[in-house]
Amino acid sequence: MANTDQADPNRRDFLYIATGAMGVVGAGAVVWPFIDQMNPDASALALASVEVDVSAIEEGQSISVQWRGKPVFIRYRTAAEIEEANAVSLDELPDPLARNANLPSDAPATDENRGAEGAEQWLIQVGVCTHFGCVPIGDAGEYNGWFCPCHGSHYDTAGRIRKGPAPENLLIPPFEFVEETMIKIG
Amino acid sequence: MAGHSNYVPQSAAAKWLESRLPVISLVRGSFVDFPTPKNLNYWWTFGGILFFVLIAQILTGVVLAMHYTASAASAFNSVEHIMRDVNFGWLLRYLHSNGASMFFIAVYIHIFRGLYYGSYKAPREISWILGVIIFLLMMATAFMGYVLPWGQMSFWGATVITNLFSALPLVGEAVVTWLWGGFAVDNPTLNRFYSLHYLLPFMIFGVVLLHVWAFHTTGNNNPTGVQPKSKQDTIPFHPYYTIKDLFAIVVFMILFAWFVFYTPNYLGHADNYIRANPLVTPSHIVPEWYFLPFYAILRAVPDKLGGVVLMFGAIAVLFILPWLDTSKVRSGAYRPLFKQFFWIFAANCVVLGYLGAMPAEGWYVVFSQICTAYYFAHFLVILPLLGFLERPTPLPASISESVLKGGGSGTPVGAAAAPETK
Repeated sequence: MANTDQADPNRRDFLYIATGAMGVVGAGAVVWPFIDQMNPDASALALASVEVDVSAIEEGQSISVQWRGKPVFIRYRTAAEIEEANAVSLDELPDPLARNANLPSDAPATDENRGAEGAEQWLIQVGVCTHFGCVPIGDAGEYNGWFCPCHGSHYDTAGRIRKGPAPENLLIPPFEFVEETMIKIG
Repeated sequence: MAGHSNYVPQSAAAKWLESRLPVISLVRGSFVDFPTPKNLNYWWTFGGILFFVLIAQILTGVVLAMHYTASAASAFNSVEHIMRDVNFGWLLRYLHSNGASMFFIAVYIHIFRGLYYGSYKAPREISWILGVIIFLLMMATAFMGYVLPWGQMSFWGATVITNLFSALPLVGEAVVTWLWGGFAVDNPTLNRFYSLHYLLPFMIFGVVLLHVWAFHTTGNNNPTGVQPKSKQDTIPFHPYYTIKDLFAIVVFMILFAWFVFYTPNYLGHADNYIRANPLVTPSHIVPEWYFLPFYAILRAVPDKLGGVVLMFGAIAVLFILPWLDTSKVRSGAYRPLFKQFFWIFAANCVVLGYLGAMPAEGWYVVFSQICTAYYFAHFLVILPLLGFLERPTPLPASISESVLKGGGSGTPVGAAAAPETK
């Protein structure tokens, strides 16, 4: 520093740092709108929920509905499927968590925690493979549940990952029965 | 670059311009008088071929953009409109879609030429690194361009590739939502991909200029890897290499035209003529052929994050290649062991491409793992060790000696000097 009779850090250093810091804050404030414009816009966020009438679904049938641009599988499971899912011990599951948005995040992946509360036969899950986002095929795979054709992930009758590269069980979206046969997703 | 020109402006207009903006001497120094090694073989013409394909892609792309609409509701129809209604639309689209494949054919040959002749070694590390950046930009551009027709492969390719980022710890989901502009690939995704697909080629063009600037500063590599020692070793770029490159471009155009006119959809997927359906994934999704080796590496690893890391690592390793290869001899022509490993590596890449196209099950996965391991071993084990273990054959004293005595670019006859004296 040219001015040697002042102690370090001197007044000029302070001004340099303060000006530079303000410049960084200003640049950040300008950059943020350019980044944030890519996040979901108000119209995408507005499509938050759909209502589905499930009265026409027979036991053993399933339908796909679209929620937030993604497919949601709604399946009326047979007693055999529920039994098969219940027979699996939690130790055999690659992902031991229920992944149910209606339950605490640490809920275990029992079939009870996967099916709808009080109506275990209804399995409602986002039909997006937790690996790279493909839509799994129903009634398929080595565990009689879902099979993802993209990279070979097998899900069981409770939508839990059993084999393949997917890291998590199929996500269960937030939903509720608004009537006995009317489900509101989202 | 301008320093290589002996240009002295003659006319009054040229003098006036030259004293204000020395653009004439810049162009002459770079592409006319530029001293180029006189022994460049046809593998060196792929740089010129790539420049031609880049310009062709930009021209066809700009006119296609006059007819395409980037909206999830109308994109698919607008591509069919281009194919059926727009005057010569079928030709422009087939030129553009096959042009992408031609671009990758040429760039892979160009990269492997660099690998064989050691073009990445000192002092050309920056040229090489800029080349890897161009390669990355090309991959991003090609991927986003493939999404634009909004067919089934477009949609599910976009879904799988953007989901790669969901493997990132903690921020993965937020990053993917940010990339999509929603909760799935949808209209906002298509719009931003279109915007970036239009932008990136011009960025590629900019980096290409830096790439050329860098190797014009160091001088071209050549099949012997020996630096030019005198004026006898070089010839002016024009007319010798302008005409050679032009000839190669014309030959390359025959291949290009064969695809465009005789089998324009051979390199594509039939599923992409089905409109994007967010509820159904095609039973067998594969990326375009030029991504297959990397796709095989991605799927070779049973762990999601691990697969993504290795796939990006397969390209990242190219950035540090100049420091991994310990041999002091540049050209593979004088490295008997390297030569063999080079061809094994090339074959390994082709096998990875084949495995990437096959379903990820059974033996395919095992072979993918073996080939992935070999891919990395080549760069991280074989190349560093070869520099110490290999005994190179003697290098020619100069480019002229190799041309006059050796008969072309092959091993020179009677070249006695030891490599370490070069």
